Amino acid sequence: MARIFAYIVHRAGVVDDSAYELAAAARQIDPAASLTAVLTGWGPDLDAACNAVRASYPEIWKIAHEALAYPNAELVRKALLQVLPGASIVLLAHDHLGIDLAPGLSIKMNAAFVSDVLSIARVEGDNLKVVRQEFGGQASTHVHCDARAGAVLTIRPGAFKPLANAAANGSVIDKSSDGILTAGRRYLETLVAETGDVDITRHSILVSIGRGIQEKDNVAIAQELADAVGAVVSCSRPVVDAKWMEKSRQVGSSGKTVKPKIYLACGISGAFQHLAGIKGSPFLIAINKNPKAPIFQVADVGIVDDILEFLPELTSKVREMQGAATR
Amino acid sequence: MEILVCVRRVPDTSENEIQLNSAGNDIERGDLVYSINEADNYAVEEALQIVAKAGGTVTVATVGAEDDEEVLRREMAMGANRGVLISDDAFNGSDGRGIATILNAFVETGHYDLILTGVQAEDGGAQVGGMLAALLDYPFASLVTSIEVLEDRKLKISREIEGGQKEINEIDLPCVLSIQTGINEPRYVGMRGIRQVAGVPIPTFHAKDLGIGPGAVGEAGAKVKRVDYFVPVLGKGAEILQGSREENIDRVLELLEAKGGLK
Repeated sequence: MARIFAYIVHRAGVVDDSAYELAAAARQIDPAASLTAVLTGWGPDLDAACNAVRASYPEIWKIAHEALAYPNAELVRKALLQVLPGASIVLLAHDHLGIDLAPGLSIKMNAAFVSDVLSIARVEGDNLKVVRQEFGGQASTHVHCDARAGAVLTIRPGAFKPLANAAANGSVIDKSSDGILTAGRRYLETLVAETGDVDITRHSILVSIGRGIQEKDNVAIAQELADAVGAVVSCSRPVVDAKWMEKSRQVGSSGKTVKPKIYLACGISGAFQHLAGIKGSPFLIAINKNPKAPIFQVADVGIVDDILEFLPELTSKVREMQGAATR
Repeated sequence: MEILVCVRRVPDTSENEIQLNSAGNDIERGDLVYSINEADNYAVEEALQIVAKAGGTVTVATVGAEDDEEVLRREMAMGANRGVLISDDAFNGSDGRGIATILNAFVETGHYDLILTGVQAEDGGAQVGGMLAALLDYPFASLVTSIEVLEDRKLKISREIEGGQKEINEIDLPCVLSIQTGINEPRYVGMRGIRQVAGVPIPTFHAKDLGIGPGAVGEAGAKVKRVDYFVPVLGKGAEILQGSREENIDRVLELLEAKGGLK
């Protein structure tokens, strides 16, 4: 088996959780393969990040360059191509940087590319058989990947469990070079998330709506239930895309991370990007017309029904109960 | 500005319940509703808005078969100036790299300042745009949520990164951008609009027109192959309530109360 490299994402000296998940994925591909973490960056932040992965990686390659202080995918690709040996297997997190960087890297390495890998099913010589999903998580597939000339894989965040008791005690090797790095794309700045009228991260009950709400006027149906049970309304990406709710209400990897006690997923299919924003193992009740919706695989309780009919009836029953209690 | 938008016709997962076929090598496609890939539709709308301000034309292309013409016509009804079908038996079984290679050969036949794709299609690959850019040696940005045309053949773009933050970049033309859903509000296309473009010819480009040799693309050139489909098992699965609606509502109320959700 070829050498395995994991590209590590870090911010302000802190390593992303995916660093440990990539190490676990590499071990599943081949426990005996030579495993190296590669980090790009600049200054003390880069050194701190390199140190932080020493327990998980037997070898750490550090590429320091002032132009790499912010991870611009095109510059990172150039830096990686300078050091990676041919026919390597390269693992990256399937996040916004991985999506930016990995496909082009595979072309320049002339290597196979598989994105958003969930697990490694089998390895036979240079043939990898991996699992991924299609149709918004409604169907899984096994994919064969011919890695003879190398392979680039992006790994779904959270899909691999970090190894316990990692004690690789890796050494850091400086692979920096002085050349000038330029790109056709230049990073300017990062804009912070918009804040809305309601902070969904602070509420213990969320009535969360997805595409199943169908039109803007129907958001009121969810709002009425939320008012009745003392919750606030949050949503999944399609609701924000359609401009039915503000971005600040979106739960998911590109929206807010929430930690409610109870999460009512109403007409939400359950794409992994959405589920990634739900932390703290809330009690999850899912209502969806489609019995195949992936949300039912992770919910505690599921109801196959049309939310546009179910929610108003639920609301009036709640009001009825509360009316009876105050009488 | 000459803009190429690469689109794909896919089963609409919001409308369809996906079932596997009995052989497990594909999904049941018979009754599926197909439409343009959602992110691709946003990409076409973005292209139309750029051209409305900066001038130029919008070409919409797809690698596929005759059935895929319907999405080209739909996007032409939205306002795209030209639809192009890139089709050949030799393309069957192409992996992401194969599709990018075919598109690369097509791009070389014209002069495009800007190439747009949707961020991902129904297979969630999110790969063709980045691969195409690397083949062309053009700059690339993924997950793009706004585009502003600057002077001197440059764009100012924002990308969606984690936690609702936006990363602002400047990028040189020509470039490839993968467009995230929600970047704009795609215009409505009515039956009348589609009828108006029904007679417009859609040129077809074959492998020989593009100088693509055998073995470079298609199944023979694919390093990555899908073996089968299977039903995913992620968690232990929900307890699905089987009662009448009224019974289910009562059960939900009990649960809400038990979990501290009703005061």
